[in-house]
This record gives sequence, C-alpha cells and structure tokens, in this order.
Amino acid sequence: MNQLLSTPTRRQFMGGSTAMGFGLALGIPMLSSPTQAVAADAAPEIGVWVVSQPDETVVVRIVRSEMGQGTLTGLAQLVAEELECDWSKVTTEYPTPGESLKRKRVWGSYSTGGSRGIRESHEYVRQGGAAARMMLIQAAANTWGVSADQCTAEKGIITHSASARKISYGKVADAAAKLPVPAPAQIKLKDPKEWKIIGKRIPRLDTRNKVNGKQIYGIDLQFPNMLIANIKECPVFGGKVKSFDATQATSMKGVKSVLQVGETAVAVVAETFWQAKTALDKVNIVWDEGPNAQVSSESIGAMLQEGLTAQQAFVGNKAGDMPAALASAAHKTEGVYFYPFLNHAPMEPMNATALWTPERCDAWVPTQDGEASLASVIAAAGIPSDRCDVHKINLGGGFGRRGAFQDYTRQAVLIAKQMPGIHIKLIWTREEDMTQGRYHPVMACKLTGSFDANKNLTGVHMRLSGQSILAAVRPAVLEQQKGRDPLVFQGVADAGEHAFGYTFPNLLIDHAMRNPHVPPGFWRGVNANQNAVFFECFVDELAETAGIDPIAFRRKYMGDFPRNRAVLDAVAEKIGWTKKPAKGVFRGVAQMKAFGSFVAAACELSVKAGKVKIHRIVAATDPGYAVNPAQIERQVSGSFVYGLSALFEQECTVKAGRIVQTNFDTFGSMRIAQMPKVETIIIEGGGAEWGGIGEPTICVAAPAVLNAIAKATGKRYRTVPLKNHGLTLV
Amino acid sequence: MKKINVNGKMHTVDADPSTPLLWVIREQLGMTGTKYGCGVAQCGSCTVLMNGEAARTCVIPLSAISNQKIETIESLEKQGQLSKIQKAWVQHEVPQCGYCQSGMIMATTALLRKKPKPTDADIDEAITNICRCGTFQEVRAAIHSVAKS
Repeated sequence: MNQLLSTPTRRQFMGGSTAMGFGLALGIPMLSSPTQAVAADAAPEIGVWVVSQPDETVVVRIVRSEMGQGTLTGLAQLVAEELECDWSKVTTEYPTPGESLKRKRVWGSYSTGGSRGIRESHEYVRQGGAAARMMLIQAAANTWGVSADQCTAEKGIITHSASARKISYGKVADAAAKLPVPAPAQIKLKDPKEWKIIGKRIPRLDTRNKVNGKQIYGIDLQFPNMLIANIKECPVFGGKVKSFDATQATSMKGVKSVLQVGETAVAVVAETFWQAKTALDKVNIVWDEGPNAQVSSESIGAMLQEGLTAQQAFVGNKAGDMPAALASAAHKTEGVYFYPFLNHAPMEPMNATALWTPERCDAWVPTQDGEASLASVIAAAGIPSDRCDVHKINLGGGFGRRGAFQDYTRQAVLIAKQMPGIHIKLIWTREEDMTQGRYHPVMACKLTGSFDANKNLTGVHMRLSGQSILAAVRPAVLEQQKGRDPLVFQGVADAGEHAFGYTFPNLLIDHAMRNPHVPPGFWRGVNANQNAVFFECFVDELAETAGIDPIAFRRKYMGDFPRNRAVLDAVAEKIGWTKKPAKGVFRGVAQMKAFGSFVAAACELSVKAGKVKIHRIVAATDPGYAVNPAQIERQVSGSFVYGLSALFEQECTVKAGRIVQTNFDTFGSMRIAQMPKVETIIIEGGGAEWGGIGEPTICVAAPAVLNAIAKATGKRYRTVPLKNHGLTLV
Repeated sequence: MKKINVNGKMHTVDADPSTPLLWVIREQLGMTGTKYGCGVAQCGSCTVLMNGEAARTCVIPLSAISNQKIETIESLEKQGQLSKIQKAWVQHEVPQCGYCQSGMIMATTALLRKKPKPTDADIDEAITNICRCGTFQEVRAAIHSVAKS
C-alpha cells in the first residue's frame, strides 16, 4: 500500500471540488488559485478522492490520520462503496497538507481527533466515490455512444447491458479524468440498505506490515546523512533556559552540535540517538524556572477546592430552579470527586524529522493533523507557505497528543534551521514525553442531590472546578462564549453530540474555571472521562439514597432519551442484571452520550484483599452507523484498556512546578493478565447524526467499575487512581 | 569494533560499549522493526530473542553481548512467508497502531517455542508487554489459535 505522498505528477485540478468553506483556524493563508499541472504520465485523478490506475488499482485519498483506530480502512470503505470498484484493488495514499493548501483545501480537514475522522467526512468522501463512478461511467458511455443512464458499474467493470459491452475502470480512467466533476447536488448517495462494503467486517488494509517490522513510523525514518537530535524542555512549564554549559557534551563522540531551541529548550545533535541522549545528559543547563516552580499537586488541589463553592461559575446545563430545590430539600446526598492529570503516553515517543534550507522546509511528522503540523512548520521555518510541506508518517499511537499540539514539530524545524541542508530527526526520550505532555485536564466536582421527605429526587447540582482545555488551546472559542468553555460539559451538555441523557425536575451543572500552569490537552475521551466518573457514580449514590436499583433509578429519568435507554437496556440484558450474580461477584453500570454515540457499560467483578478482578465487561455503542463492526469491537475493548489503566494506575502529580512521573514504572499501564473479557454490542440507530468510535466508550468503563467496587466493598471511591486506595487490578 | 550475531549473520558494529543493543540494532544495523518505547525495560517494545529467550534490548548494553544468537522481528518472515504467529496476528487483526507488536510477537515466539500449548496463566506470565491501543483481547486469541493449529 502506498501510504506516502501524492507525487507532483498527480497535481492536477479537476474543478468543481468540495468547497470546504470554513476559514483556516490554523492561520494558514488561502492561496488565490489552485495548481493546474498535469503531467503526461499522470495516473488519472477522477475527482479529488480517487486515482484510477491503468492496472485497475484504485487509490483512495485519505487525509485523516491512521493511528491504530482503523479510520484509514473505514474511509476507504466509504469511498469504495459509492465507487463500485473491486475492493481487492483498493490502496490508499495521504495527500500532503501543502498540496491541499495549494488546491484550496479540496480534501477538507486533516484533523483526526474528537472521533471525527469518519463521522464528519462520511458524506463528502462518499460523494467523492460516487462522483468518480459517475465520471467513469460517463467516459464509457461516451466511448460507446450511448447514454450513461443505460450503463451500470460493479467491481470496477462498466456494463452496457443492451449491447452486452463491458469495459474496466482502468481503461476509461484517462477519459474520465477529463470530464467535469459532478456537483454534490447532482450526486445521489446510496440508501444504507444497499451497502455492500460499508457495514461489513472487512479486514484492515494496514495489518501485514505491522506484524513483520516493515511498517515505518516517524521514529524509523532514515535519510542520507541524517542526524539525530534529543531535547530537553524546561521541566517547569513556563520556564526557560538561563544558560547552559556544553563543554563536556561537545567533545563527546558523534556530537555535532549543542544548541538552544527557542527560549525554552536545549538539544544535542549527533550521529546517533544514544550519542545525542548521553551527551544531553552531560549538558549542564541552568533553568529560569519562573513563578510556577512553587506549584504542587497540593496547591492545585486547594485551587480546585476553592472553586467547588465559588460564586462565579459558567452554566452548562440547567432546568427548573436548583437553588430552590436545595433550599427546600428534606434530604441531601453529597459527593466530592477528583480526576487527575494524565499523560497520553503513546507507545512511540514524540518525534519529527525536518529538512530546512533557505529556500524550503519539509517535515516528516507522525501527526493527527497534517494541517496543524504544516502551520507549525511554516511559523517555525520562516519560509512562505508554498515552499513548506508536511509528509505524514504512520503514528505509533496518538490519543490526542499529536493533533492540536505540534510542539515536537516546531522543535524539529527550529533545530533543522540551525543546521541547514541536513535532515534532523528529533526523538524524545520517554522521560521527555512523560514530563512534557499536554495533560488530561485536572478536575474536581461536587455533586449534591436534593430529595423530598419521601426520598423522591427533586434535583441535582453538579459543580465542576478545574481546568479548561480550550482556554489554553483555543482561546478564541472562549472569547465567543464570554469566557465559558463549552467542551467542559461533554456528556452532561444541554444538547448536541455530548447531550446529557436524563431529565430531572431541577438541574444545575456549572463550571468554576481554574487553570493551573500545567498545559492541558485532548486525551482520548477528553472531558467525557471525568464527567462520566462524576455523574454516573453519583447517580448510583442517588439511587442508594432513594433505595432503588441503579438501573431502575436511571430509567426513571431517561424517558426523553430512548437511545441512551436502549444502550443501557442492552448491557443490562447481556450482563444478566435481573439474575443474581455468582457469590462474591458484583455489578456496576454507566451510560453516556459522547462524540455523537450513545454508549453504556456493565461489568462484573470481585474484590479480595484489595485485588480487583474484572470478570467481564459488556459494552454497547450506538454510533448510528457501523462502518466496520470488527474495528468497532477492537476500539471498544482497546478504549477500556486505556480507560482502566488510568482508573487503576495513572496520575501525573506536580512537585516544584514539574511532573513527577517519568516513565511506565511510575505511570503504569495495563498488561494482558489484567485484561477483562470485553463483549461489545453494536446498535445501529441510524438518523442524521453519525457518532464516533475511537473515544465514546472509554468514558463508561471507569464508572461502571467504580460502581461495582462500591457494591463489592461498601466503600465509595471518589478519587482516582485506585492505587491510591490500595486497590490493584489483577 | 564488535561482532554480533543477528538473524544468523555476523555484523561488525562500531558503537560505544554502553550503547543499548536496541539502538545498535536500529541505528547501526538499520533494522527498525525493534522499537524504542521506554528505555527502562518496562514496555517490551524492544523485545528480541537472545539464545531463544525474550530479552528487552533497551537495557542491555553492547558490552554485555558476546556470542549470543540474537533474533529480531525481521527474521520471522522467510521468503515472503510469515511465521505461524505472524499469520495468526494477521488473521485476528491484532495490530492497531502496531508499534508494540514487534515486541509482542517476539515475546510470543519465545513463549511458544517453550510451551507450544500455553494456558491463559502461561500467557499472563510470559506476555507482560504494554500496548496502549489495548490489543490484549486479540493477542490472547491469536496465541491460542497458534497453539491449536
């Protein structure tokens, strides 16, 4: 499979492209006219999403990034479905972001986060496949002198049944490429009932090279005369380099340069990684740590504690009059929860390769957002955008670390700029990766439930106190929202893809924004993670006060949310909720809507002397449409590994302004022995909204497990990770 | 200069004796299937076989290598034919991002050479590699399928 770069010979512009009207939030300037260069030997581009080769190979353009989540295969399925090509002939390629820019962003957004890859592009990529099919059929019809309406296409063969003539896509591709691209209004997409490739358990396109060591990741790139860089940023966020003594490092074997990177980092460039790393350890760096050097987990905790009762807070969801309900409550139930900073810790540490000359800059980046990488390259290189490009390389995991945050790309370019004409591959150590993250935001939450004298719930107040990702990453959004971060309310929002799934007589969900200096980021599942822990555990606490079964209690308030209810019912049935569990086994559930998908989980576990054994987890997800059920199952069980690793073992604490945990010995991650059996139920609820896959289910694993642990131990654990309470996953 | 036996071939390498075998394999020999993940023998991405035993090369200095037979992920596919384990990995679609899978497959290769029909407990004990994508359910199924074949 050719995952690499679209060659210049394919730089032809067909016109009539999908006009992605939104402005570039990244600050990449729009170019006035697209490139129109068609080389004689160009493989014909049929529309913008499909290249049809003379040997019948079909190349599908993929602009979202494959990082394990299967989007590459899923997107190719969407295009191929409408294209009516032979699936066994499908390959893929990544057009470069620079090429996209030249062509007025014909391929739309490159951003691969928020579980958006498929759900936000399914329509225009299917239209791309359909447009190519229509053009290929038209070309055949023109050849035969018949009407296109009389021709059909299947598995890459066009048939005119009246005359029994057939011709393959490869043979008419050249002619098809010269035809106008149908406008979206002329394209009728298939009814889902007609799908033959979408919805099938089709094997991924990218497996083979991942079992024989041949898959090239960013860290594996090799270029002639390439040098390797290793870097240290100021360990205190916001600090900078005061001075550094490179005397010893400079004399070490293989070392080419010891240099400052921006105001905040020092790097060593050497022939090999080990030389660079060992030399960097010998550079005596004096940091100007700044005022944040005083910050600790304790001081951050106090900051969040204050926010739990602060007067000012941004409202995310509201019904009735919650203060009045609290004032007249006969009983109250209260719980204060806490969710820590977390590092993404993808298996492949951050890295990027850059080549800078005064004329041009190229970077090879394992990135979740090629356009964000390009914006970073342009800014760091000081070279006009039409002479910069980014070449996307496979990612060894992303989980949100490699999208909006291109710090590692910027560093690679800044180093390369000091060593013109040489490929510089910057590789972070795991220690750098752990201590220079963009962390899952820290959040505390106080929940109060009000009841009348008969223990009927009258309302719920959920007060969030903690960090806003958007305040750090997209301040413009906050400006539009008068300071409020709407993303904080994922899973408990008043409407939309993260809508709350309950109706209470009175409700107030608000957020006291408290932003510590530790940089926050989008961590797989984002704010749905802590909101699911907070609310879905507290719902169990409310049910207990009311003396009602947790599922029965939830159902009382879910009448307006049938799809939330359907996933909850599905897991309840499959886990056997109404039947008594085996002796010593306890159950818990949770449900939420996240990233457009309705998700629920139910688990069975037992606890002995602090050892938690999860016997099984049943998960249900309703993303509307299931493009590849086999990959959905893998994302669900994989997301639980990610989520449960955090629940039991992970936190990033702060001491003297810096992150304490530096590697997997102190930031544990689940092993196979701890893996519960995960059973996945996929519900296709249909509708206009397509839900995501990579992230939604992660949020329900932790609260389902916490609720079961509460039943098993009689103790409600409201702070995580559970290792701090002496609980270990076995 | 030092001679090491990798994948049945003697290679002469020039690196500081403190250099971990991982980086010798990746940078001196140019075989990048063996991965760097943690550098402290926690994650297992750098696993190779040394005299048939799974070894985490990120903490084994070149100076500790004498005449051990080293096998990397690149040795398993022979003339385009995947090993039984690799075939099972494809069949069960184990990899997601794939970065940890070289180490996972090498650890499994060591396990199955010793115990062709491992129990779940054997797997739990032998396979301690970290996978952040969370492919463990498929890893276990793939190992059992090899044992059955």
